[in-house]
Amino acid sequence: MIRLYDYVLSGNCYKIRLLLSLLGLEWETRWIDFHPKREHKSEWFLGLNPLGQVPVLEDGDFRLRDAQAILVYLAAKHDERGRWYPAGDPRTLGEIAQWLAFADGITATASAARLHDGIFFELDADRARAGANAPFRVLDEHLWFQEQEGREWLCAPGHPTIADLACFPYVALSEEGGVSRLPYPAIRRWTDRVKRIPGFIPMSGVLVA
Amino acid sequence: MAEPDPILVNDWHAVVELDFLASRGSFETVLLGVPIEIAESGEGSGEVRVSRRDTHAPLPARIRYGHVFTSIGQPNRDIVHFPECHEADRIHVTGGSIAVHVSGLRAVENFLDMGHFPFVHTDYLGVEPHTEVEPYEVTVTEEDEILATKCRFFQPLASPSADGGMMVDYEYRVARPYTVCLYKSNPIEPERWDFIVLFVQPVSEERCIAHPYLSYLAHNLDNETNRWFMQLIFAQDKPILENQLPKRLPLDPRAEVPARSDASSLSYRRWLAAQGVTYGAIPAAA
Ligand SMILES: [Fe+2]
Repeated sequence: MIRLYDYVLSGNCYKIRLLLSLLGLEWETRWIDFHPKREHKSEWFLGLNPLGQVPVLEDGDFRLRDAQAILVYLAAKHDERGRWYPAGDPRTLGEIAQWLAFADGITATASAARLHDGIFFELDADRARAGANAPFRVLDEHLWFQEQEGREWLCAPGHPTIADLACFPYVALSEEGGVSRLPYPAIRRWTDRVKRIPGFIPMSGVLVA
Repeated sequence: MAEPDPILVNDWHAVVELDFLASRGSFETVLLGVPIEIAESGEGSGEVRVSRRDTHAPLPARIRYGHVFTSIGQPNRDIVHFPECHEADRIHVTGGSIAVHVSGLRAVENFLDMGHFPFVHTDYLGVEPHTEVEPYEVTVTEEDEILATKCRFFQPLASPSADGGMMVDYEYRVARPYTVCLYKSNPIEPERWDFIVLFVQPVSEERCIAHPYLSYLAHNLDNETNRWFMQLIFAQDKPILENQLPKRLPLDPRAEVPARSDASSLSYRRWLAAQGVTYGAIPAAA
């Protein structure tokens, strides 16, 4: 049985829930009291993940931390059609890896501002907000060029990959951190497309299309 | 920015959850525009100190309902009392405080509104086509509180202990301008109530922190489950609240479309005006 150490308002946990659900997998949830108790920094949880971050995934005796790594693992292992992470396609795998790393830049900026504004994380929120505009501009421009080529998703194939799932949550939640998506029309069209993927599930704060 | 009204200045307000404070040791926040700090007095002493960060003047502190309460004035009445809390077969937990970029009065009004359940809390607190809010009764009590009774709503998953959809009975109590409580029939013992208090901390006129406090019949529940369910639900309200314009609550009954201005909302706005509450509101034109 797959077990997910999960926090209900975490976008990084949500992207795992989203992929699990898109793959039609069943899983068991262990809710972590991230707020207000900071259980992810407790001794027992640091034993699971010394970085003190959710999500953590267990599949049988295999344990993995890091949202992007978990997406790779789940798609490589459980997607029989090989679409979410196309193992035999080096170019697409390279592109996916590029956007998975890019997603961490969104987490460090847009997500950080949201944690500050909503649940009192101590950090420089104005700097985080300003910092979000650099990746958002890159993302918007990339998506616009993709659209000119008739492509709807971040990477080359004519279907979404885990790259889209990795980047989606903290973009879709950005307003909670005071980062407006108004200046990014291609991003807005893309988030609407993600919400229309068959089997899509929302999380609190992500409005359904 | 308006000066806060005496009725708010001279009252108690929840300013931090104990579980949160314990994870930090101290916490800085803002109450009615006044920057304050809350600190644990000593390791494990269970005592706290509250002070202004501008003048360093100490402020009164009380611990109740899993939160620290303070006042920036001279409190002339006690913290609201919820007698049901003392029943032995209940479990109590704070829900996880969440800051919202809107007037706290808007947060209270939203909490009173059943009409949004099917659209905002889809598959939990409501589902189409069960969208109709049946008529209910609203009164102002002798203690000068608002009481809404005989509310009923169909809910697919009313609480973490619910097993499928059911008609749920509701009552609401507005005890203070920024304190509201809802009672809902327990899925397992429908003749008894679960209840949730929302202590809303007015940070400024257009920002607030919602401090939920949950009291559920224990049955098969635990505090962790109640807490994540509360955060799941409240985080669905958050973007709706933050998109409301204007961010302050208009008290003029003609100011907004009737859809949102149902009986309890109208009564709340009238009551706020009668109490002399202007902070976080747009007062009706004279
Ligand atoms: Fe709500």
